[in-house]
Amino acid sequence: MKNKLQLMGGLFCAGMLAFTVADAKTLRLAYDADPVTLDIHEQLSGGVLQLAHMTFDPLIRWTKDLGFENRLATSHERLNDTTVRFNLRKGVKFHSGNPMTAADFSWTFDRLKNSQDFKGIFTNFSALNVIDDYTIDLVTTGPYPLVLHTATYIFPMDRKFYTGTDSNGKDKGEIVKNGASFASTNVSGTGPFTVTSREQGVKIEFERFADYWDKSSPGNVDKIVFTPIKDEQTRVAALLSGGVDMIAPVSPNDFGQIRSSSKADLVTKAGTRIIMFQMNQERRAELKDIRVRQAIVHAVNNDAIVKKIMKGFATTAGQMSPKGYLGHNPKLTPRFDLQEARNLMKEAGYENGFTLTMMAPNNRYVNDDKIAQAVAVMLSKINIKIDLQTMPKAQYWPMFDDRAADIMMIGWHSDTEDSANFNEFLTMTPNSDTGMGAYNSGNYSSSFVDEYTMAANQETDPAKRASMLQAVEERIYQEAGIIPLHWQNLAWAARKGVNIEPIVNAMNFPYLGDLVID
Amino acid sequence: MIQFLLKRLLQAMLVMSIISIACFAIQDSLGDPTREMAANSISSEERELLREELGLNDSTIVQFGRFIGRAVQGDLGNSYFFKEPAMTVILKKLPATLELTFAASILIIVISIPLGVFTAIRPRHWFSRLTMAISVIGISIPVFLTAIGLIFIFSVTLGWMPSFGRGETIEIWGYWSSNFFSGDGLLHIIMPAVALSSIMLPLFIRLVRAEMLEVLSTEYVKFARAKGLSSYKVYMKHALKNTMLPVITVGGVQIGIMVAYTILTESVFQWPGMGFMFLEAVNRSDIPLITAYIMFVGFLFVVVNTLVDLLYGVINPMVDLVGGNK
Repeated sequence: MKNKLQLMGGLFCAGMLAFTVADAKTLRLAYDADPVTLDIHEQLSGGVLQLAHMTFDPLIRWTKDLGFENRLATSHERLNDTTVRFNLRKGVKFHSGNPMTAADFSWTFDRLKNSQDFKGIFTNFSALNVIDDYTIDLVTTGPYPLVLHTATYIFPMDRKFYTGTDSNGKDKGEIVKNGASFASTNVSGTGPFTVTSREQGVKIEFERFADYWDKSSPGNVDKIVFTPIKDEQTRVAALLSGGVDMIAPVSPNDFGQIRSSSKADLVTKAGTRIIMFQMNQERRAELKDIRVRQAIVHAVNNDAIVKKIMKGFATTAGQMSPKGYLGHNPKLTPRFDLQEARNLMKEAGYENGFTLTMMAPNNRYVNDDKIAQAVAVMLSKINIKIDLQTMPKAQYWPMFDDRAADIMMIGWHSDTEDSANFNEFLTMTPNSDTGMGAYNSGNYSSSFVDEYTMAANQETDPAKRASMLQAVEERIYQEAGIIPLHWQNLAWAARKGVNIEPIVNAMNFPYLGDLVID
Repeated sequence: MIQFLLKRLLQAMLVMSIISIACFAIQDSLGDPTREMAANSISSEERELLREELGLNDSTIVQFGRFIGRAVQGDLGNSYFFKEPAMTVILKKLPATLELTFAASILIIVISIPLGVFTAIRPRHWFSRLTMAISVIGISIPVFLTAIGLIFIFSVTLGWMPSFGRGETIEIWGYWSSNFFSGDGLLHIIMPAVALSSIMLPLFIRLVRAEMLEVLSTEYVKFARAKGLSSYKVYMKHALKNTMLPVITVGGVQIGIMVAYTILTESVFQWPGMGFMFLEAVNRSDIPLITAYIMFVGFLFVVVNTLVDLLYGVINPMVDLVGGNK
């Protein structure tokens, strides 16, 4: 019946076409891949979150400078150590026409707690209590500083639309990873765009939702035609030849071509994904020696990697937390010093060096294999011979899980845009009971890092919390727990007249609802 | 005839069983599909559960048994990414690839035969020399370079051609979406077809030329000339027809190879066909789709070769399909 309504609307519009055609703006969009599903709780991935911001709205969302702005919440206040109250926006409608109320939030929260991918983000949350139709309380198990960070993941789904059984007798609200489901093929959110047609891997078409609540949004895009274009050069060619209006990501190799074109603009932004290596202390006794680890960190000229290999399209890192994160410690700068590195090796008694194995993916991060090759050469300067193996990500992850090499590459983006997340996954002592350190392939272990990270996760005072997380970064720096390389930048490009600069952000969720096309 | 087809059917089944065994033998090195289906941050227990649900924790033998059990009923499993039966996905992508291959084949036939014949008849003509020189260059340029070059010249610089995708397609017979019935569709297929044909074209020009030269030196051609037949009749009726036999044989094999080359062409032009789909399936460790595709291509090879053999019989009635004594 939804389709019928749209059809009627379409006929009505067709009648007025002669008058409105001049104002109808279509955005032809090309990313490297399309979202695997329309179910925003099926997979925690960039593509699905981008879709969520197009077809749904969160309670609050990130601003460009990593602050928060209200979306479906109109205000929020902390009631006590464990409770934050949100007042909800009135008069918001889902694509189906159902009005949005607190009950939809409650239903969505339960679904998130059941989602394999999202439940991890919500482990510290015990309940979402409905106070009245437009008031909800988010309750945490203990004092928890990241309530607002987490609230950016609460996109209310249309409870009535997703309740009941579909034509196959399956529950419409079910989250299915392996196979199709109602929710993975149908959408009803509160977002600026509705999905009008979709062919997986080929094309998705969106249309602006006529009853969208945010009338103050400057956005004037009526239709989006989203085509995944996998090949970097093809994507750029499609933009420069006028086949599409906006592309992402853009490879550093193509920057020159876009910059010199009179038809398109390039927009880049410092990103928050850290690229680093981990040194396995369990496999190699040498790497247990702090001096050896320091020597390795001092031997890696990550600034040169950023300049030469990344062509300036990254920010050199001395720690995991990028600028803007609470844990970012301005004191911790990159420390390339070959002489110091040689001295440290000598001090440790490894003047003549040794051989280490290294593994890196070759299609996961920007220039990943080239970076690994460069680091291997740099380490040869302190007589560490690197036996390097690079492979596609499909083959790499099983190797990573097996901790199959002495030095392994990993890139990480914090789902909460918060420093503690890096530690929880990358630098805390691996522990299969608590799940901490799941991606700590180096087995780096520091009780200081473990305790302070956990304590920071219960500290709701931002200033105190910042000092704790910065102390953790400093400890990892002193003990050379990891080899930090850089934070990958992000890049988008668009035809002139498509003003993408105001709507793109470091999270890589372009707010297309607010996009203005001249 | 029926005996011949039955034989080929058996052959196809044999080929496909061997392929399926090979696919399962390498399955472990195709990667962990749960990596593409779930976030990095999920716990190892959750990941184990997902693997269990997909049946990836069973031994290879058990998995293979299960696969064969379903395969004989025509079910090759569901694609993880497309969330549909793998065969459905492949059949959906088939028209795009076949049309691309077909368009490239037409280009090859239309260009290589006249050029091959001409260069054979007038080997010292400047045009023949030019053709041969260009074909040497053509054969040594990789297809993706040709493709990128075409995009750069005709789409980016001149703005004449669309640079990606199939454009507007028209549904025929309710299922087959075709590029050949709309201007936009035709425009979109030109560059991919040119790029794809560029690898085979030099080979065929040379093949036609060589065969033609050989036939022209045979006794019966000399005799036909001596008889006073017009040179048109000699070339077209006697020589060309006999030239075509080896060309068709090679062509049959090459069509199969061309389907393989579509992987490159399709990924450069974002052509939504089987080749691109396969490349993506490998990237995503979509094991059921990879297996189904390889088996399907194996089947396609057998079918194409069977058709070529049949065509052979039409062109040269002396060929005995079953291979018995006459």
